[in-house]
Amino acid sequence: MKFGIMVNEGPYQHQASDTAYLFAKAVLAKGHEIYRVFFYHDGVNNGTRLTVPPQDDRNIVNRWSELAAKHGIDLVVCVAAAQRRGILDESEAKRHGRDANNIAAGFRISGLGQLVEAGIQADRLVVFGD
Amino acid sequence: MLHTVNKSPFERNTLKSCLAHVKPGSAVLLIEDGVYAALAGTVASDMVQQAMAEVSVYALGPDLDARGVANRVIDGVKVIDYAGFVDLVIEHPSTQSWL
Repeated sequence: MKFGIMVNEGPYQHQASDTAYLFAKAVLAKGHEIYRVFFYHDGVNNGTRLTVPPQDDRNIVNRWSELAAKHGIDLVVCVAAAQRRGILDESEAKRHGRDANNIAAGFRISGLGQLVEAGIQADRLVVFGD
Repeated sequence: MLHTVNKSPFERNTLKSCLAHVKPGSAVLLIEDGVYAALAGTVASDMVQQAMAEVSVYALGPDLDARGVANRVIDGVKVIDYAGFVDLVIEHPSTQSWL
């Protein structure tokens, strides 16, 4: 079965990002597919590679990147939510005249259409948030 | 339909809203701080027990364990793990997250 996952809360805020990740792992462990993870609202903060959590704490951003690399999962950050919060890839940084970008490996910036598409293409869409 | 509630009933009214809208035969899964609603002997226990006459109530075991309250769960609330969470999502055609 194909799953879509939506994350609306930033990392280290409450627990939604952790729950979404552990749910995603359980989906894959059962042999199902994750069509896309869509990050919206403060959830876009899961997609910055500049976080430096303490060494004895989980690295939420890297965890998503590693999951994407291992299982070929599409991690999509909403562009409008990302711009507001300073999450930029190379072309967005250039387009808006910023001096750096910070998108993490495995993440890409796109629009809400990607969420709609995930809702259509996936058999189930599960939302995690605040 | 599967409904998930992730906030304590002592903090938000999402569980109350959820239980006011669920149809008989639906399932309610308590996760994160939502698991506090699964505990016996609280001011929210009656509301949950009454709902259990018509809907199945589940609680996420790892979240109960993280809060040290796994031994205080209302009789009849089914404790599941993340694999069980996935199974519930598959079992029900749609999932509503009460955020």
